[in-house]
Amino acid sequence: MVEVRLLISSDGNTVQLFMMQFMLLFSRQGKLRLQKWYVPLSDKEKKKITRELVQTVLARKPKMCSFLEWRDLKIVYKRYASLYFCCAIEDQDNELITLEIIHRYVELLDKYFGSVCELDIIFNFEKAYFILDEFLLGGEAQETSKKNVLKAIEQADLLQEGILGKTPHNMSPALVTATPSEYKWFQVGVERRKLKRQQLPELYCPNEVRTF
Amino acid sequence: MSDVVEKTLTALPSLLSLDSQPGSAKLSSNSKLGNLIRGITELTSKHEEEKLIQRELLLIKEQVSSPNTTMRQMKELMVRAIYCEMLGYGVSFSYIHAIKLAQQGNVLEKRVYLAVSLFLNEGHELLLLLVNTVLKDLQSTNLIEVCMALTVVSQMFPKDMIPAILPLVEEKLNHPREIIRRKAVLALYKFYLIAPNQVQHIHNKFRKALCDKDPGVMSASLHIYLQLIQENPEGYKDLAPSFVTILKQVVGGKLPMDFNYHSVPAPWLQIHLLRILSLLGKNDQTSEIMYEILDESLRRAEMNHNITYILYECVKCIYTIHPKSGLLEKAAKCIGNFVLSPKINLKYLLKALTYVVQQDPKLALQHQMTIIECLDHSDLIIKRETLELLFRITNDQNVTVIVEKMLDFLRISEDDHTTIDLVGKVAELAEYAPDNEWFIDTMNTVFSLGGDLLQPDIPNSFLKLLSEFDSVEEDKKLRLFAVNSYISLLQGDSSKLPQRFLQVICWVLGEYSHLREDLEPGVVVRLLAKLLDMKSSSSETKCWVLMAMTKLCPGGAALALVHDVSETYSSSLDTMLRQRAQELQILSQDSELQAKVLPRSASMEPVEVDSSLSFLDGFVSEALAAGAAPYKPPHQRQEELSRSKLNLEPYGLSLPISISSCSITDRQSPTLLSISSGLSGDSTDFSHKGSTALKLDGVKRLWGRDGYLAQKEQTEEAPRIEAASAVRSADQLGDNNALNSQTPNPTPSPECDQEKQQLASSLFVGLASQSTPAELSALSHSKVTLLFSKQNLDVSACHVQKEDSVVLVVFISNCSDSFLHQIRLQVDSEELETEEYGAMWLAFSHDTKQNLTLIHDGRDPLAATLDVLKRKLQLHVVEIIVEAIVACCLQQDQPCLMHCRMHAGMLAVWLRSPVPDLPDCLLYCCQ
Repeated sequence: MVEVRLLISSDGNTVQLFMMQFMLLFSRQGKLRLQKWYVPLSDKEKKKITRELVQTVLARKPKMCSFLEWRDLKIVYKRYASLYFCCAIEDQDNELITLEIIHRYVELLDKYFGSVCELDIIFNFEKAYFILDEFLLGGEAQETSKKNVLKAIEQADLLQEGILGKTPHNMSPALVTATPSEYKWFQVGVERRKLKRQQLPELYCPNEVRTF
Repeated sequence: MSDVVEKTLTALPSLLSLDSQPGSAKLSSNSKLGNLIRGITELTSKHEEEKLIQRELLLIKEQVSSPNTTMRQMKELMVRAIYCEMLGYGVSFSYIHAIKLAQQGNVLEKRVYLAVSLFLNEGHELLLLLVNTVLKDLQSTNLIEVCMALTVVSQMFPKDMIPAILPLVEEKLNHPREIIRRKAVLALYKFYLIAPNQVQHIHNKFRKALCDKDPGVMSASLHIYLQLIQENPEGYKDLAPSFVTILKQVVGGKLPMDFNYHSVPAPWLQIHLLRILSLLGKNDQTSEIMYEILDESLRRAEMNHNITYILYECVKCIYTIHPKSGLLEKAAKCIGNFVLSPKINLKYLLKALTYVVQQDPKLALQHQMTIIECLDHSDLIIKRETLELLFRITNDQNVTVIVEKMLDFLRISEDDHTTIDLVGKVAELAEYAPDNEWFIDTMNTVFSLGGDLLQPDIPNSFLKLLSEFDSVEEDKKLRLFAVNSYISLLQGDSSKLPQRFLQVICWVLGEYSHLREDLEPGVVVRLLAKLLDMKSSSSETKCWVLMAMTKLCPGGAALALVHDVSETYSSSLDTMLRQRAQELQILSQDSELQAKVLPRSASMEPVEVDSSLSFLDGFVSEALAAGAAPYKPPHQRQEELSRSKLNLEPYGLSLPISISSCSITDRQSPTLLSISSGLSGDSTDFSHKGSTALKLDGVKRLWGRDGYLAQKEQTEEAPRIEAASAVRSADQLGDNNALNSQTPNPTPSPECDQEKQQLASSLFVGLASQSTPAELSALSHSKVTLLFSKQNLDVSACHVQKEDSVVLVVFISNCSDSFLHQIRLQVDSEELETEEYGAMWLAFSHDTKQNLTLIHDGRDPLAATLDVLKRKLQLHVVEIIVEAIVACCLQQDQPCLMHCRMHAGMLAVWLRSPVPDLPDCLLYCCQ
């Protein structure tokens, strides 16, 4: 059973946390692509919950609403192309804003990967985790400014790729002065973008996003 | 396997070939992962996948422990380990390596913190090894390192080690970079959640964070404030104006553009602030400063259909804080608009409507058709939310329909949690029962649908209700009905009935089957004995059966059966069962003792229970003297056990307390069970335990009051008639009744089918009462009282005091769909005797005196004047005594008495009434 953590206030009322319990990303085939747990659970429980939820969500028809009651939690899910984003929140929380959290996360992924698709997340899932950690910390929205989140990620990226940290001397001056996002554009290039657009038919398209 | 992945795999080589380019290491560093993923994709069976992963894991294991592996390779291995774990394979061997890597690695490998945060959770013991690394990184001069350390700290940190890093985190609150300040605030928030005492001394620093110039830091601090204010709203009232100001600025678009989300300024921030405001403004005058900004938020929400999430929070806030009528109306209207939306997710705003109807059930009327539609929605969650809404507007008139809907839902619901919740609600609503049969039938359904998931307090309060009833006659009828219903249930197939239900049946039959005189106890015993033979019966149920048998004390052939039964079970391994069997054996042989121990009529009286069990003192001291260990209460035992390092927590909390063992678990000392108290336990302890173990609120509601709305008349299609200016004569009223089709509610569109309308009228009955016409609502009026009701017609009336007159308004409400044609209404004043008059006269406090001119038309001036008054005011003359004349003006439940006397050629009128303005008004009419 998912443990809902409650604190007791001075007047004896239980205090509700508006904290996300976990987030799962899975494909239409039910393959888990990303999992983030904000409450401590055993591996066995995690597996059980994942299996149960994936089944339930996949069984829902497209015309149905994006919310579910599940045990004592609320599940908010949304499908983007072939990927389902699924969050568990507490009963008192606001389902509609959780839907926007999912959407913001997708936007962040999209901005970072440039037209994100399921493959990006499969092969670079650790990046997806970094973005998530920068956006939601411990189950709470940490930074809602898109610019700030991506800035933090890109700075860390640069450091990791050894651009700023280790080998600045063998880089072209243009690169060193470029801002992180420009740098990314320069490196990853248009080709990859084109390539993905042509060959991945089920691309997530940012324009179709707002489908309430 | 995934089509998409398969299709796109062909694209992989070209994607991966980009590796050669510098900088796009993103994919190249994962090429081994790429191979792994591709490998998995090509497999056809789960079994093959398992084999492949096991092979992979072996490889990883080998490499991570090899000293030749470079840091970069290690990091890559970790990524692969994470992937394997996501697929559901155990990679616990790599946990320690992840921590080691975080420790040794330079800034390049710090991201391995991610692996740590994914592998381990809060309570993991390996986390202790991380403390040093975190400590080192927090002191680093490299921003990114500090960031990562703070990120991992806010996700999980061993509670006991918080003091070690607290000063460092605290220091970061003053860091020049906002990202660090923000993360520090969030880390402190997490510390606050897991160990509130440790961060108590920095509460004023939180205030500084709230005033931070960076909106990110400020909004992070709101997490803390939301918690603090929930726990102690009084302590933070002084901050309310600041929060209002912040919200004003946010709503006004003062934040940098990049905080906008689809042109909505910082929605997350807004929602946080609204939540905080609703906590601060709850039942408090502080709310006044919030009205303006809430109004503004509402206005914006109305304009932009995409910010329903804010609207929802806003409505919740408006309905939580000290109410302001204008705002409430606006909020209700706003929500109404969105509920009408065809978009499925917005239907979910029904949830917000639930808040609205809690304040004012009448508001549900406006949305009745939407609600009906949602009730039939194919999506269960919408249905469920609608039932929740209906639950809030249930009164004693619509209860049958609503409960029926809920039971329908229960029959198709498969989710345990929903079932438990809904069954509880039905049980609660069942107490509005219109009659006994319905109540028992509904509870039967509750017990059979709820099965053994049922909350134990439901059967408890049901039995309590049966045993404690106000009126003897009703009481007997209800019990008798229950007995009848259970007998017929047991005569049918009882093997499908849930255990809890069987227990309830046993108790009821044991206690009350004697009420049915034609029923032999032997028959009941035989039925009960059948339950004992059923395989599915739990030993707890068997205990209940035996107890019931003990109470029945049959004679004749059944006695032999009882003996057999007690014989069988007195050697049972279950001690409870054995005890019950012993009791049965002894008491069935000694009917005198049985009558003494289990008196039939005594269940009503509270039993004195010596909860300190002082009568056992002698026994205890004897046992202690003989070397027995002294008794320790359970919590002490728990403590001792936990001190001995055994983790018993999961059991500590969830000990199921079964009903049958109630009588024992509640006692102070479990050292000894006395037979006599154990016996009386099931029948009499119920009344005693009420104060401690049973949740009994709501019981009174059923039989005491007439429903929580306490208003009965007026359906939504109520034509109304107003008898204008003073009281009209009966005939005039009758004529007016034909003009009736002034419906206060929008009539449902014609295409709505009849069925829905009927459902609506049965669901929303009882909600619209007291809806006096708008033009009257501003005036003071008396309570609307039901005069009479017949078939589909209710007639009710109230007095309305206008400036210059008192008006009796008669409502005629039509409960059916057919139109009213002609109704004659006759108004009769009540007759009153002189004595009654005298008594009333003294009781009324408001009086007025005035002299009036007499009318001289040739007859006796007094009689003539009275005649005129009588005609005009519908007076009822009580008695005329020579000089003093007593007249009485009587109106329904608001009498006004009039005392007239001839005095010096004038009529001295003296009026008295319980209502202050009434005499003045009448006097005005007299002139």
